[in-house]
Amino acid sequence: MSALLEVRGLSVEFDLKDGTVSRVIDGLNFELAAGRTLGIVGESGCGKSMTALAIMRLVPVPPGRIAEGAIRLAGENLLDATEARMRDVRGNDVSMIFQEPMTSLNPVYTIGDQIGETVRLHQGLGRREARDRAIEMLRAVSIPAPEKRVDEYPHQLSGGMRQRVMIAMALACQPQVLIADEPTTALDVTVQAQIFDLLKELQQQTHAAVILITHDMGAIAEMAQRVVVMYAGRKVEEAPVDEMLTNPKHPYTRGLIACVPHLEADPALERPPLMEIPGVVPSVAELGRGGCPFAPRCAEAMDRCRQDMPPETAVGEDHTAACWLYPDAEAAA
Amino acid sequence: MTGPAASAAGNPLADNLLEVRGLKVHFSLPRKSPFAPAPKVHAVDGVSFDTARGATLGLVGESGSGKTTTALAVMRLAPVTEGSILLNGEELVPLSGEALRQQRRHMQIIFQDPYSSLNPRLRAGEIVRAPLDQLGVGDRESRDDRVAELFRLVGLRPEQQALFPHQFSGGQRQRIGVARALATQPDLIVCDEPVSALDVAIQAQILNLLRRLQEEFGLTYLFISHDLGVVQYMCDDIAVMYLGQVVEHADRVSLFREPLHPYTNALLSAVPSADPVLRDRASRIRLVGDPPSPIDPPPGCRFASRCPFAEDRCRAEEPALRTIRDGHRVRCHLVTDDGVPPHRASATA
Repeated sequence: MSALLEVRGLSVEFDLKDGTVSRVIDGLNFELAAGRTLGIVGESGCGKSMTALAIMRLVPVPPGRIAEGAIRLAGENLLDATEARMRDVRGNDVSMIFQEPMTSLNPVYTIGDQIGETVRLHQGLGRREARDRAIEMLRAVSIPAPEKRVDEYPHQLSGGMRQRVMIAMALACQPQVLIADEPTTALDVTVQAQIFDLLKELQQQTHAAVILITHDMGAIAEMAQRVVVMYAGRKVEEAPVDEMLTNPKHPYTRGLIACVPHLEADPALERPPLMEIPGVVPSVAELGRGGCPFAPRCAEAMDRCRQDMPPETAVGEDHTAACWLYPDAEAAA
Repeated sequence: MTGPAASAAGNPLADNLLEVRGLKVHFSLPRKSPFAPAPKVHAVDGVSFDTARGATLGLVGESGSGKTTTALAVMRLAPVTEGSILLNGEELVPLSGEALRQQRRHMQIIFQDPYSSLNPRLRAGEIVRAPLDQLGVGDRESRDDRVAELFRLVGLRPEQQALFPHQFSGGQRQRIGVARALATQPDLIVCDEPVSALDVAIQAQILNLLRRLQEEFGLTYLFISHDLGVVQYMCDDIAVMYLGQVVEHADRVSLFREPLHPYTNALLSAVPSADPVLRDRASRIRLVGDPPSPIDPPPGCRFASRCPFAEDRCRAEEPALRTIRDGHRVRCHLVTDDGVPPHRASATA
């Protein structure tokens, strides 16, 4: 399995107001093959969305910058690409579905114009052809009466339909990589299920590689084959989905899975208190203080955790974690 | 434990804090033509339920199903078109002015968004104190003590009273919202999506806090959430709403073990699950489309247009909310009297 998208040692830094520099993404590695889905989970402020922006080279410069690493798309390092080349890549080879369908669509253009814009820009289609393509895409995302809807404005659509329009826009040029950043957060579960089914179906047709960013382990289990858990800008654990859910190693991953009440087909009568992860994610100003960033919230933290950063090490077959709890960590490092 | 509510439904001897009968909330829209009748949004359309003292009733359904409007109407914060609301045996619907204000002491609400539901110009202590001042509970000194006590109860430090909302994290802000709701020692607290704006890791802290406070003070919760995992964990009884009506009502064990209404089943099917057994359940129903408009809903079962089992009768005749077995009520023609839901009947046929 050769990787279509390869992220190696990616670090993103931001200049803070007080003149210090904060590393919001630190040494991130992962890869993704065509037709596969990688889930990225973590709380807000863990660097999930920043990772997506870095892949699209949309990190705001200044105050931010991609400090180190490589992002290879089919062998081409996007960090060396010119801005003109990146404009070609964005929307065409790599595209993104944003979190808020309400705010990511332009209210003063019809949805047909907005879907058509990408194909006119990237594939040089004319106005009429672009409109036909927009109708075709709306039909592909199961919007009823696409010939009529294509001339409507975003406010005339429901939340679920707007998210379908976002997907139609993102897929109009048949990108190789699709990044979906919390694509269903604002939607009802029934609509979320429809959107997930649609994404899976379209992925099978186009063989796109998908990165799904979410905080919902259930969504990851339904959609992804592999999962990366991020905390404070670092990858703390990576494994195939079923392995991660049944055998999580990092205390943060275990906390993320246990702190959410999962729907059960046969609920138990006893309801013990939920496991809590105390405290909050460190702010950007608190990053890079040495030691494991999770240590202040970790029930199992040892002295060593507060001094040295744990390296990423194998904790099982095809399963890595960055945590000092696993003594083999040192031998493998 | 199933909680006292499990035995409460349909039991006249149960100690019900809240009894809602035939509640309707209709909103009129502007006329489209001077001769046509004004279209009406049937936001809540004939909702009845009981909530036992000390129990949690969950209201679930898609957006637009009327769950929030139902809760707001119970608090008399949405205009009641018709129906009866008994809180502690006292009828709330005809009350107004000072009499209603005095009742508000017994019912409070925790809002979804801890960012927009706290006044940014007030200090945290003033926010928690406001209901005491408004309703004239105790004297100045006893209010000071009460606010300090409330801060401790919800896991904040009393000296944090002097801080402004922006100086707290999202989870801490929701704790302030909980303290404010507790201030007047209410019997009923409406929790309207109390954790959906919070980060996953913080949700557990608030849910545990709500359960601890319930146990300590015998609180009754009306709990609204779109997250069925949270509802299953928090609620003793659950009412599933669709387009302004309750379509199924049962205790938590029977509802999740044996959902009867096709809509309940569809809702449960839609939840992405980390559990492979749930994920591959054969009876999974996928809904197509969005719920129809609550403006002048059509005759017959409101779910018929999206129901995979709908028959002619469903589109013509509105089903009643029937009791199938001990406290399990469902509004569907196709569920048999001995409680076989249509998705099971078709699976075995």
